[in-house]
Amino acid sequence: MHRLLSSGRSLLLALGLPVVLVGLWWVASANSVNYYWPPLKTILTTFGDVWFSDRLRADVLPSITRLLIGYAGAVVLGVALGVALGSSRTLRRLTEPILEFFRAIPPPVLIPILFLFAGIGNTAKVVVIISGAIWPVLLNTVEGVRAVDEVLSDTSRSYRITGVARLRRLVLPAASPQIVAGMRQALSISIILMVISEMFASSNGLGFAIVQFQRSFAIPEMWSGILLLGLLGFVLSLLFQLFERRSLRWYHGLRRSQRGEK
Amino acid sequence: MTISDRAALLDVAGVQKIYTGRGRTVEAVRDLTFSVGQGELVCIVGPSGAGKTTLLKCIAGLMAPTSGTVTLDGATVTSPPASMAVVFQEYGRSLYPWLTIEGNVELPLKAKKLSKARRAELVREALEAVGLADVHSAYPWQLSGGMQQRVAIARAVAYQPQVLLMDEPFAAVDAQTRADLEDLIRSLWHKLGVTILFVTHDIDESVYLGQRVLVLSSSPTVIMEDLTIDLPDERNQLETRSSRRFAELRGHVYEQIQLAKHRKGGQPGPERVLPDSNDRTPASKAPDAAR
Repeated sequence: MHRLLSSGRSLLLALGLPVVLVGLWWVASANSVNYYWPPLKTILTTFGDVWFSDRLRADVLPSITRLLIGYAGAVVLGVALGVALGSSRTLRRLTEPILEFFRAIPPPVLIPILFLFAGIGNTAKVVVIISGAIWPVLLNTVEGVRAVDEVLSDTSRSYRITGVARLRRLVLPAASPQIVAGMRQALSISIILMVISEMFASSNGLGFAIVQFQRSFAIPEMWSGILLLGLLGFVLSLLFQLFERRSLRWYHGLRRSQRGEK
Repeated sequence: MTISDRAALLDVAGVQKIYTGRGRTVEAVRDLTFSVGQGELVCIVGPSGAGKTTLLKCIAGLMAPTSGTVTLDGATVTSPPASMAVVFQEYGRSLYPWLTIEGNVELPLKAKKLSKARRAELVREALEAVGLADVHSAYPWQLSGGMQQRVAIARAVAYQPQVLLMDEPFAAVDAQTRADLEDLIRSLWHKLGVTILFVTHDIDESVYLGQRVLVLSSSPTVIMEDLTIDLPDERNQLETRSSRRFAELRGHVYEQIQLAKHRKGGQPGPERVLPDSNDRTPASKAPDAAR
């Protein structure tokens, strides 16, 4: 009973502010005659008409597909390169200046160049997402791999856990808290780059649709697209939280016990 | 290496370790020579900073000595041998926090490529042997320090080593737990017939546990004494520790350690001979005559 009450309260706290804000928007825009500020009611009605139609297949699905492929590519490449760099000091020294340089370039400026070389198809968009989202994963993985505990490393060696087994059983789990932190940052970067790359040169996708609406003065439709993007980001971040809670349960438990005892 | 002791399982011959770094060299271990026979329980005791951990890492194949050799069962140790298990002092850092108790004990067996059924059997037996049969699905950090160290011991036991190396395993647990764990080691040793090399800075612990106690000097380290502990094999915390012989042996090692603190590089100082308990010859020897 007590637990029910407390979880009810935290739900109320979490939902409270959004509900109030949406309510304010609803009331404030209700009688709006401003062309660029349509009433929320109009936006929501348009939302259903626009997105629960064939646009779902024509725009939403391609966007999500590019996002997921790009994100997965960034994570896989980032972890693989990060493990290699984290394990080898020579490799780190060799690549550090180049990496710092590429990391400093804001990925959106690469879009025109990438489109020149890779065309304006899906590949180029995926490459754009990877080129921006890989950095937090890569750099966090390097740090995580470097910070593997020495005693744990000695323990593994003394039990002859080497090579691939060492990577799988020691290095990756030990670095997983940092890797996951990098993955969280990479997710939001991926969404941003997905939209931007579609705004540049594209024939479908969420970014393309929103720009299209804006240019044709379909203002409620444009607003509904922005809402959809926000919702997409929100849902993805919820899913990510779920994944994090499951995969790092040991880490949060360990941290809690360290705080409680020491 | 001498062949004089035919039953020797582990042979440490002239091991020296010099650390070099940034124009500075530190000789942690100067010259260590001793051997441990099959099934023996030998304690190594020395003042803090005596290079005990360095020595242990050299024996475990985790670190190459600058000179000298470590031989296990006739083969020179150059990397961690399959028939050796190590229990470290820092139990909190030697257990995999992302694995359950069972997972921790099982992991080295997976690396050994044992079958699933065999692994399950060994894990169960080892956890039973250390008195942790009922907490196998918990995570290490949910247990007390003493219990975590039991898990590390269970992991070593399940690995079925010929030689078990222990590096100050009970230095970080409370006194009560420590006594229990000491008795656990004695009983596991009796039950499994494993050879144990136990490194500690605690004099009482070394005398209580060991059949032999090797007393180390301060760094650069040599062996000051190879002392046979002639206490009865059946030991218990109350009687053994309050016996007269225990007090004598303990006092003797204590004196040696005190000497060790003031004496470096192991020139034998004024020799104090331990009064004999029965008609044996004094076990006390000068370091160079230790072999």
